[in-house]
Amino acid sequence: MSAVLEKAVMDVPFGSLEQVRSSASSVEAVSGSFALVDVSVAYGSEMVIEGVNMLVPSRAVTALIGPSGCGKSTLLRCLNRMNDEIGGVRVGGTITLDGLDIYQKGVDPVDLRTRVGQVFQRPNPFPMSIYDNVAFGPRTQGLRKREELDEIIESSLRDAALWEEVKNHLKKHAFELSGGQQQRLCIARALATKPEVLLMDEPASALDPISTQQIEDTIAELKNLVTIVIVTHNMQQAARISDQTAFMLRESMDQPAHLVEVGDTKRMFTNPEDKRTESYITGRFG
Amino acid sequence: MTAPMSNRTGRARRARVVEGVMKVVTGACVAMVIGAALFVLGKIIVAGLPGISLEFLFSKPGMGMRAGGIFPVIMGTLMLVTLTGVLVLPLGVMAGIYLSEYAPKNLMTRIVRLSIANMAGVPSIVYGLFGLAVFVLLMQIGKSLLASALTLTCLTLPVIITTTEEALRQIPADLRQAALALGATRWRAISKVVLPAAAPGIVTGSILGLSRAAGETAPILVTGAAFFLPKLPDSVTSQYMSLPYHLYVLATQVPNVPPEITWGTAFVLVVGVSIVSMFAAAWRSAQRKKVKW
Amino acid sequence: MTVTPTTKAGRHLGRATRRRAAEAVVRTLVYAAGLLSIVILAAIAIFLFVEARKAINEVGLGTMLTATSWFPTGTPKIFGFLPLIAGSLSVTAVALVVFVPIGIGSAIFISEFSAGWFKEAMKSVIEFMAAVPSVVYGFLGVAVLIPWVKATFNLTSGMTALTGGLVLGIMSLPTVISISEDALHAVPDALRQGSLALGNTRWQTVYKVVVPSASSGIFAGVMLGLGRAIGETMAVLMLTGNAAIIPTSVLESVRTMTGTIAAEMGEVVFGGLHYSVLFAVGLVLFGITFAINLAADLVLERQRKRWRR
Ligand SMILES: Nc1ncnc2c1ncn2[C@@H]1O[C@H](COP(=O)(O)OP(=O)(O)OP(=O)(O)O)[C@@H](O)[C@H]1O
Ligand SMILES: [Mg+2]
Repeated sequence: MSAVLEKAVMDVPFGSLEQVRSSASSVEAVSGSFALVDVSVAYGSEMVIEGVNMLVPSRAVTALIGPSGCGKSTLLRCLNRMNDEIGGVRVGGTITLDGLDIYQKGVDPVDLRTRVGQVFQRPNPFPMSIYDNVAFGPRTQGLRKREELDEIIESSLRDAALWEEVKNHLKKHAFELSGGQQQRLCIARALATKPEVLLMDEPASALDPISTQQIEDTIAELKNLVTIVIVTHNMQQAARISDQTAFMLRESMDQPAHLVEVGDTKRMFTNPEDKRTESYITGRFG
Repeated sequence: MTAPMSNRTGRARRARVVEGVMKVVTGACVAMVIGAALFVLGKIIVAGLPGISLEFLFSKPGMGMRAGGIFPVIMGTLMLVTLTGVLVLPLGVMAGIYLSEYAPKNLMTRIVRLSIANMAGVPSIVYGLFGLAVFVLLMQIGKSLLASALTLTCLTLPVIITTTEEALRQIPADLRQAALALGATRWRAISKVVLPAAAPGIVTGSILGLSRAAGETAPILVTGAAFFLPKLPDSVTSQYMSLPYHLYVLATQVPNVPPEITWGTAFVLVVGVSIVSMFAAAWRSAQRKKVKW
Repeated sequence: MTVTPTTKAGRHLGRATRRRAAEAVVRTLVYAAGLLSIVILAAIAIFLFVEARKAINEVGLGTMLTATSWFPTGTPKIFGFLPLIAGSLSVTAVALVVFVPIGIGSAIFISEFSAGWFKEAMKSVIEFMAAVPSVVYGFLGVAVLIPWVKATFNLTSGMTALTGGLVLGIMSLPTVISISEDALHAVPDALRQGSLALGNTRWQTVYKVVVPSASSGIFAGVMLGLGRAIGETMAVLMLTGNAAIIPTSVLESVRTMTGTIAAEMGEVVFGGLHYSVLFAVGLVLFGITFAINLAADLVLERQRKRWRR
């Protein structure tokens, strides 16, 4: 476990708002860490998330778990401001990326998203070649030089553990890949903008067990490179791949969801502090 | 117990008979429709084909349009449709993008949709009046290719808009999100990802719309189509000959036209329009089968 | 695995003024294009009215709408729209008699009693019928139907309201069939199965459940077919004989509003009274079709909402 994570999880026990706050205003040495202070989200007039305080440590995997509809995807989308693209969403509280408030005036969500990438539930490659898929992000940022692009594409595909399979077919249409390969292509595509954080919303839920295994292996490697926040419904998966786990719960539909417990994954899965966490993890509801 | 049973089976039998009769009746309706379509197609081919020759397609009309070919007529229609396409495509595609990608869900958008649907129902002769008043007279373009193309632009606009919007809606939201999440602006996501993916649908729909425009007569009748011109139009402000108007002229205004000339003109018009439409439609459904989202 | 270090240099958040300006320009253009349809529709109404003003001032709307004869070039000139409106109505009525039963019947057969390949084939047939230009229908009518009507009804001329109406009816079929078929298709299968499970035959299911559920869409299809028939120009111009007399039967020659505009616009002095009167005819025509289309749209929208899950 990285030193930063140790600090985050051990020194900042869940609930110590003061310390989350102070951490929120200090720029981390290693980039790609989020601090969420009193975060709430509303769709129109319906409050769906309230009072979330947590740290997302750099270069580690944070898993978001909780029953369906508790707002995991919504919270995830706050981190790259994809919620801005849905009409009528209001985000309250403070979210900082390496000390910078990402909702403050003057922060362009378009720029933010080059630092915080996202991989979606269903593989969604663009209808173009493998090469063009991965090159999309760098080209968006104005990169045109062939050699530089080639280099980025190779390293991104390598990081996503797809290079060996596609290196001779980079001109092939992305739709010709299998579902698992497509998802790794989407990871490579997100990595090509050299993000500091990668958000993954149930990235393996549409895949077969072997592809799922490959994605998990990729994630284990990737955390040396980027901070990862992953939403998953699969408890074993959360236990296997994450360093920190956050459990969200919406106790009734007329009440917003909140964070029940967040902490070191091993501890959460062996010795949860909260009764509700325990029953969720052991599969009693959700 | 037997009486109600037989009663019931009697009713069921009657219902089955009625069903059989109605199948025949509605089937007869379809047969009439197919019959009408086949008649139109068959009559045009049988009567029109004998008049078709390279000479007919590539020479000028002569002897007061009672001899010769229809080359300037075909060229006039092609020019008119091309010019209309150049004008209407950017506008229509942009408006389609607006509806599919930018339009908020509010009263204004509803009004926009209502006016598009309504534009599609405005009689073509009314577009002709509008074009005459605005393009020919007010803007002083005069009766010309350009005035007619502008008029047909208004007439075709709703088709292009609807087609574009439909094609864009076929593209899953996922794809837009993925582009945005990579740090693309909205416009980049649309222009580099969504629009190319929707291009087959937009192109075919537009071809269908423009081929309909090629057959319009009433709007060009009052905005620039010429009864007879010895040469091709030399600029967009010249008048021009066109297939549908020429057919009208041959059929009703000039006495003693040899039938193979009139039917040949109808043949070129129908076959041109329907072949283009059919290829476009076939290509679109092939594309749809190829890419499954 | 290569660990690529990320530098923050050159990644200042919020340094995107130019890109944002470009985005704003595009947005403005796209919005402008989006509003174009309203502008054009409004401009059509406004310019029809502007050009018709001379007629409204000099002849008077009341006179135009009530005078029973149309002598635009006689002395005195009489501009009564009633013969033209009657002409349009008689032709449209004939068309209605053709396309309502055949159109709805076909839609029912295609949607309820036929296999997938047949539906596909019918799409092409309907596509073809819609693609044939109206002047071609007119020409076919001239070549085939006029002589037939003349011989069958023993008339001196085959150019009648009936002739125009029959062709118009055929021309409106694609509109009616495709919209009605869409409406029938949109009825959820669960409703059909529910009815069949109650022991109804397919036909009973159609007329007790499916057609009533799709009735608003079918109605809209008929309305749009009607709008198409009233607004159609070339076929009626070529087939109805264009006598501006209020007809007493469909076997008489009639002159429609559209035919009048098309036939006379070539001979008028631009800006003159006759020119202006033709715009007034256009205004009446526009008003009628606008009302019909609006009604159809509102009905269609209600139907779309109904089956939205
Ligand atoms: N676009 C939206 N508009 C309105 N409400 C929404 C929207 N998206 C989500 N919600 C609501 O917000 C709540 C949280 O949704 P969210 O998708 O974040 O849950 P989730 O935890 O990701 O669920 P799942 O595990 O099923 O993916 C739900 O009650 C949902 O109905
Ligand atoms: Mg979710």
